[in-house]
Amino acid sequence: MKIMVFIKQVPGTDNVKMNPETGTMVRTGSNNVINPLDENALEEALSIKRQVQDAVVTAISMGPLSARKALNEAIALGADAGVLLSSRAFAGSDTIATARVLSAAVRKLGGADLVLCGERATDGETGQTGPMIAEMLGLPVITFVKRIQMNGDRAVVERMVENGFERVEVPFPFLATVIKDINEPSFPTLAGKLRAGKAEVPVWGPVELGLDNGKLGLAGSPTRVVKVFSPKLARNTRLLKQDGSGQAVRELLKVLREKEVI
Amino acid sequence: MSLQEYRGVMVVAEQKNNKIHSTTYELLNWGRGLADKLDCGLYCAVLGNNVQELDELIFRGADRVYHVSSPCLENFLARPYAAALARLVEEEKPEIVVAAATTTGRTIMPMAAARLETGLTADCTGLDIDPVERILLQTRPAIGGNIMATIKTPFTRPQMATVRPRSARQAARDTARRGEIVAKHYDGALFSTPENFLAFVKDTTQDVNIQDADIIVAGGKGMKNREGFKLVEELASLLGAGVGASRDAVDLGWVPYSHQVGLSGKTVAPKIYIALGISGKIQHLAGMQTSEYIVAVNKDPEAQIFKVADLGIVGDALEVVPQLIDQLKSIKANA
Ligand SMILES: Cc1cc2nc3c(=O)[nH]c(=O)nc-3n(C[C@H](O)[C@H](O)[C@H](O)COP(=O)(O)OP(=O)(O)OC[C@H]3O[C@@H](n4cnc5c(N)ncnc54)[C@H](O)[C@@H]3O)c2cc1C
Ligand SMILES: Cc1cc2nc3c(=O)[nH]c(=O)nc-3n(C[C@H](O)[C@H](O)[C@H](O)COP(=O)(O)OP(=O)(O)OC[C@H]3O[C@@H](n4cnc5c(N)ncnc54)[C@H](O)[C@@H]3O)c2cc1C
Repeated sequence: MKIMVFIKQVPGTDNVKMNPETGTMVRTGSNNVINPLDENALEEALSIKRQVQDAVVTAISMGPLSARKALNEAIALGADAGVLLSSRAFAGSDTIATARVLSAAVRKLGGADLVLCGERATDGETGQTGPMIAEMLGLPVITFVKRIQMNGDRAVVERMVENGFERVEVPFPFLATVIKDINEPSFPTLAGKLRAGKAEVPVWGPVELGLDNGKLGLAGSPTRVVKVFSPKLARNTRLLKQDGSGQAVRELLKVLREKEVI
Repeated sequence: MSLQEYRGVMVVAEQKNNKIHSTTYELLNWGRGLADKLDCGLYCAVLGNNVQELDELIFRGADRVYHVSSPCLENFLARPYAAALARLVEEEKPEIVVAAATTTGRTIMPMAAARLETGLTADCTGLDIDPVERILLQTRPAIGGNIMATIKTPFTRPQMATVRPRSARQAARDTARRGEIVAKHYDGALFSTPENFLAFVKDTTQDVNIQDADIIVAGGKGMKNREGFKLVEELASLLGAGVGASRDAVDLGWVPYSHQVGLSGKTVAPKIYIALGISGKIQHLAGMQTSEYIVAVNKDPEAQIFKVADLGIVGDALEVVPQLIDQLKSIKANA
């Protein structure tokens, strides 16, 4: 069984800088981590690997060469292999251009039985990449997944929706995007770290993937970020002290009454 | 592709069990505003199996309703829904397609955009028209609410966006409005997919889905323990509010994850958000800062949460909340 997990490297702190001219993110490269939900996706892949025979887990990331670090971490956590998709031509990709590259990697690897993504990444946070990859690969897709139960050539999957969850039965191959509920990611083992140190991570660009530059990067992206600005956080805060007089609670009740809550 | 061929604004109705969900009226409000600026028609796409009361969509602003109806769309499955949407867009060629940023919209819109090879902007809180270019300006928060970005889709059509529920009011209802309802029947092959819908299981810990709630009472680590958090639930129940929580409260096991508000939880924008013992870290603010009115109770006068609050009470939530509960009970008893 071939399981492929998409891993995005994201800034680990709140300090993300934007290039105001191009509207794209500038990464300093120092404090980058695996997108938290992608750790859940990897953990799920490893858990499935323990339940079936001959499963191979491949972690795939598109990003600058420094994203190799994320793939090494994935191997340390238990992935069998990593592939880095990196090229100047990929810079400035929106979600559709990103999905073209990621789906091409699955094709080059001969297809997958199961593709796992995070539901969304913490920086761009569109949550669009997974469903787009599925569409491009012609795979069924289940989003917002909180449980995958193996059942022979198929799985029973639970997906969170607004007021509960849905249970869907789906044969392999398919793509799932996972949410935090699905599992608790584990920590890298010493053996894993040693393996990661020795692992060869191939780097593929447009040539290896057989992609046309016109469909890639900023040039191949139908969306354009035209303006970036800071949200207005500040409000006219009225600050009251709870001083035993009961005035603060009275004020709050007054607001609730004005808002016709009570 | 010739951009001029595309005309009109299409919103994708949100439905549950083949009944229209009120989020659709917010979409119609957005859509009407855009269509009026562009001087074009407003269309509403309804995907499902014999969805009822379509007149209501016209009363709320649609000029034409397209109902793609099929037994294959009885329950939600991503591929059939996305295929139906993409086919309808190919046939009717709207210049703009807007859906709600719900679990449905966030699934089928990217699939349709990939099929149509056009741009899609996620989770917008603002939509406008650039009067010179006649182009859609899509504004959305990103990076945990740290920045806002305005995005265009200049070269391809349609321009697609999902909008965050509750970022607009519901369109007003005018029963005198007239419009057209067009039934679309597509060949069953379009909907074919190997998965089977088995069941929907309602979340019984959530009396009120917090994303639908007008009022949310949310608690954080400052509620001290599970007992303290019960005060949050009691206050919520007195106000008919949904229960929200910070990640710490969820991680401590006081309340299930479905109640988590923030970057890795749900995004909410109720009329009133009451934050009790929550510090207001940026990841929490990302999920609630667009609420209409924010009340915070925190014993630390420097707490970040006060920066986004309209009314702040510096004090012990474990004292303030019981007082509030008592007062509300006596108000109820006297009513
Ligand atoms: C401020 C801002 C706003 C943006 N808004 C939009 C927008 O509205 N529409 C749009 O099309 N683009 C947008 N982009 C561009 C978008 O962020 C990038 O295309 C990015 O490559 C996809 O990122 P995401 O964070 O949205 O991923 P998501 O779709 O949220 O990621 C979901 C999952 O896909 C996988 N994945 C995503 N990217 C990679 C990767 N590089 N390598 C491996 N796996 C990956 C991971 O499993 C991840 O968990 C925006 C960018 C910025 C800076
Ligand atoms: C990638 C990432 C994603 C995250 N996603 C989320 C998310 O989705 N949602 C989320 O909430 N967090 C999220 N976090 C965590 C976030 O950074 C904070 O750690 C979390 O929000 C803190 O929860 P809290 O406010 O309950 O606890 P604390 O920060 O510990 O704050 C407790 C507050 O209670 C006050 N207090 C204490 N006692 C009392 C009392 N008796 N009465 C009144 N006030 C009192 C204190 O002054 C303090 O301000 C995320 C973090 C990361 C890195």
